Amino acid sequence: MKPVEMVAPATGALELEIMGMSKRFGDVVALDDVSLHIPAGGFHALLGENGAGKSTLVKCLVGFYTADQGTVLVDNREVQIANPKDASQLGIGMVYQHFTLVPSMTVAENLVVARGALPAFINWHEERARLSDFMATLPFKIPLDKPAGSLAAGEKQKVEIIKQLYLQRRLLILDEPTSVLTPDEADEALGLVGDLARQKLLTVLIITHKFREVTAYADAVTVLRRGRFAGSGALPELTIEHMAEMMVGSPVAQDVAPRTQHTPVADVPPRLLIDQLCAQGDHGLPVLRGVNLSVRPGEILGIAGVSGNGQKALVEVLTGQRGKTGGTVLVNGLPYSGRRKEQTLNKVYSLPEEPLRNACVASLSVAHNMSLRNYDKPPLARWGWISQRAMRKQANGYVETFRVKTPGIDARIQTLSGGNVQRAVLARELSHPVELLIVANPVFGLDFNAVAETHARLLAARNAGAAVLLVSEDLDELLELADRIAVMSDGRIVFETPAEKADVRELGHYMAGGHEETEVMQ
Amino acid sequence: MELTRRFLPLVEAVGIPVMALLVAMLLFAGFVAAVGQSPLEVFVLLYKGAFGSSFSWQNTLLRAAPLILTGLAVAIPAQAGMVIIGGEGALALGALTSAVAASALQGASPHWVQAGMLLSGALCGGVWIGLSGWLRQYRGVNETIGSLLLSYIAIALLNFFVEGPLKDPASLNKPSTAPIGDANMIGNLPGMDVHYGLLFGAIFALVTWVILKFTTVGFALKTVGGNPRAAQMAGLRVNYWIVGAAFAGGSAAGLAGAIEVAAVQGAANASVVAGYGYAGILVAFIARQNPFAVIPVAVLIGGINAAGGMLQRRLDMPDATVLVLQGIIFVVIIASETLNGRLRLIKFKPLSPVSAAISAKT
Ligand SMILES: Nc1ncnc2c1ncn2[C@@H]1O[C@H](COP(=O)(O)OP(=O)(O)OP(=O)(O)O)[C@@H](O)[C@H]1O
Ligand SMILES: [Mg+2]
Repeated sequence: MKPVEMVAPATGALELEIMGMSKRFGDVVALDDVSLHIPAGGFHALLGENGAGKSTLVKCLVGFYTADQGTVLVDNREVQIANPKDASQLGIGMVYQHFTLVPSMTVAENLVVARGALPAFINWHEERARLSDFMATLPFKIPLDKPAGSLAAGEKQKVEIIKQLYLQRRLLILDEPTSVLTPDEADEALGLVGDLARQKLLTVLIITHKFREVTAYADAVTVLRRGRFAGSGALPELTIEHMAEMMVGSPVAQDVAPRTQHTPVADVPPRLLIDQLCAQGDHGLPVLRGVNLSVRPGEILGIAGVSGNGQKALVEVLTGQRGKTGGTVLVNGLPYSGRRKEQTLNKVYSLPEEPLRNACVASLSVAHNMSLRNYDKPPLARWGWISQRAMRKQANGYVETFRVKTPGIDARIQTLSGGNVQRAVLARELSHPVELLIVANPVFGLDFNAVAETHARLLAARNAGAAVLLVSEDLDELLELADRIAVMSDGRIVFETPAEKADVRELGHYMAGGHEETEVMQ
Repeated sequence: MELTRRFLPLVEAVGIPVMALLVAMLLFAGFVAAVGQSPLEVFVLLYKGAFGSSFSWQNTLLRAAPLILTGLAVAIPAQAGMVIIGGEGALALGALTSAVAASALQGASPHWVQAGMLLSGALCGGVWIGLSGWLRQYRGVNETIGSLLLSYIAIALLNFFVEGPLKDPASLNKPSTAPIGDANMIGNLPGMDVHYGLLFGAIFALVTWVILKFTTVGFALKTVGGNPRAAQMAGLRVNYWIVGAAFAGGSAAGLAGAIEVAAVQGAANASVVAGYGYAGILVAFIARQNPFAVIPVAVLIGGINAAGGMLQRRLDMPDATVLVLQGIIFVVIIASETLNGRLRLIKFKPLSPVSAAISAKT
């Protein structure tokens, strides 16, 4: 490994000051007179509930939005950042909440193209050499030749961060970068970034919902509430309770009971039975190589695994987004392929990851998106005619019960904050009786209140007799919620254990591909 | 302020195309001036030729009838996220099959013959464009290119059959299929010199608009067009919807071909390939793929077409002058698409305290 200095630019970390920034979207005041100061080499965390205005603040900062008011100072000089290109020239880079890689290009191509100002002919030999040198300085490995689109969320996010480092940024803005990373992956990524900050090579502004990361890496925090400055402080003096209190604006009730004791699962035939399921990835390579699993009513089966081992494809097959190439999927004993009729008959619902991409039509209204499950059933529709009134009534009900922050049900869903898109989908999928629920990384981007609420809803669905398949890259989440945990590796289920007997070290062993060693030894 | 915000989408939907039309007119005026004519005179003649008298209105509406349908051939597939430009071919094929149907049904009552012609024309056009939807979903062929290539084939087929196996020996200087017979021709709307095709087109557009706006079919189609992955998650069979939307669009163009034969030409011949399919692309884009808006826009473009003759007679400008205007409109409309969602009331940006202090110092 080469020393980190070689990666970093000569210019080093920059000092950032934001003064009195405001931004409205129509009637919505997303930001109201927010100020923020980060010294060079600072590791600053920006906290707040879903929809508090965190993403808006940083998007204004990098010129993605134009602020209505406000001043930005870099190294004590006022700068005008009119668009992301200006920001990039100042050495400011951002990792967005959503992914920005070009799916059809390989990781290497994505990195090289991101450098911009490319010559007419790219000397790939030279570029590869430069990339390999750079990768050698990193504490983790990334497949350079895979198309970015085929990477799982965790891998994609790592590439996004690496891309920014490769571009030699002076200020790195991370908008919920670790939502899809395992704690270990998050530590790798943030550890690297933190090292650079400590050596005053990089200033970091991070948006996160995970207090663990704040206490481990940040040296100061700023909290937003409903678009306004709600407090700030230095670490380690500031406690988690204090931060949470600033976020919600009132003392936070201690977690009542994180997990009520599970009732044992009744010994009934499985509701979901998957046998020897095979499927191919986007590029014709097998990603599922004979998956066997079953989920009974009233049970949560957790699927653990390092991202990129076929969990994504498994969820896609079950939600009808990917065809299978072999094996059977039975729901209530009947073949299931994700058609609408089958979904209705078996009451199958799903919460896929990246909801804006997988479960919403971004350019259509909140009301439309909330009706996706039952637009063709009474009371929303009769004889093929849709009742706008019923549709709006349902959407308003969802917005209220699930506290979705939206300018209105007619707003395009892509204008909602990341967490609120997730809530809108949750509302749609969990407002009807559920028999089978397919869930992937359900708390991606949710604030701590919403995480607790979502987990409670999943448990409630389970207790009401739903069979839940929960794919998550967060082991803690699985240990908290699941009745049984199965580990997926290289397109197969390689290990399975009841949750109460689960041992984190053992799970980790299998997640890291440990079964292969065992096979070899036998 | 509140009102402008509420109606911003509508203002945008109408305002942007209207602005684009005005800009295109301005550019066209520049062109006219450059070739040594008075723009004012040209615009006056354009207006007169399109809407100036009852005669020019009839001329305009006659052209609007097929344009409504070929506009729909673009607008319907667009709901499902497709850009289809092969309407001309579907129209040609619709014309050909309707002529074949007419000769097969000779002897039946005129209503049956007409129904048979229109249905077979629509069906064939639908299959043709449906094929480009199929190619896209199952073979990965871009539907825009696919529909264009299929369109060339369709036009070639029409020419082949009209000049070859299906040629009526009596049609000497203009090869045609056998005439469908005067009794079988579709007549005019009561009190007008415009055939029933205009009404059929308008009904097709209105029904499409109602379906898209008020029914589950429209909901599903919008979902499929907006995000196929989300549609799959909702259990919709995306492939079927895509092919279906392509079929529906193609059937509109095929119907246009059948109407041209049954109401205007009286036989299938090369005259039906008169650019209606391509002008339909323009109609759909100006109408922003809204089936309802397709009707007035088709009348507008029909009017511009109709005025071509007037320009030729009065100013001795070539017929193609109006095509230049159409081309300019098309480019400007496409360019203005990017303005979508950026139409904002220009706002005064207050000076920040710091920049105020700095500018005071200097
Ligand atoms: N382009 C937009 N148009 C209209 N409203 C918007 C737009 N972008 C954001 N908003 C609104 O601004 C508010 C703040 O959103 P923002 O994305 O900044 O929240 P956030 O703090 O990042 O939340 P999260 O933790 O859920 O990501 C929300 O109410 C959102 O609906
Ligand atoms: Mg956000």
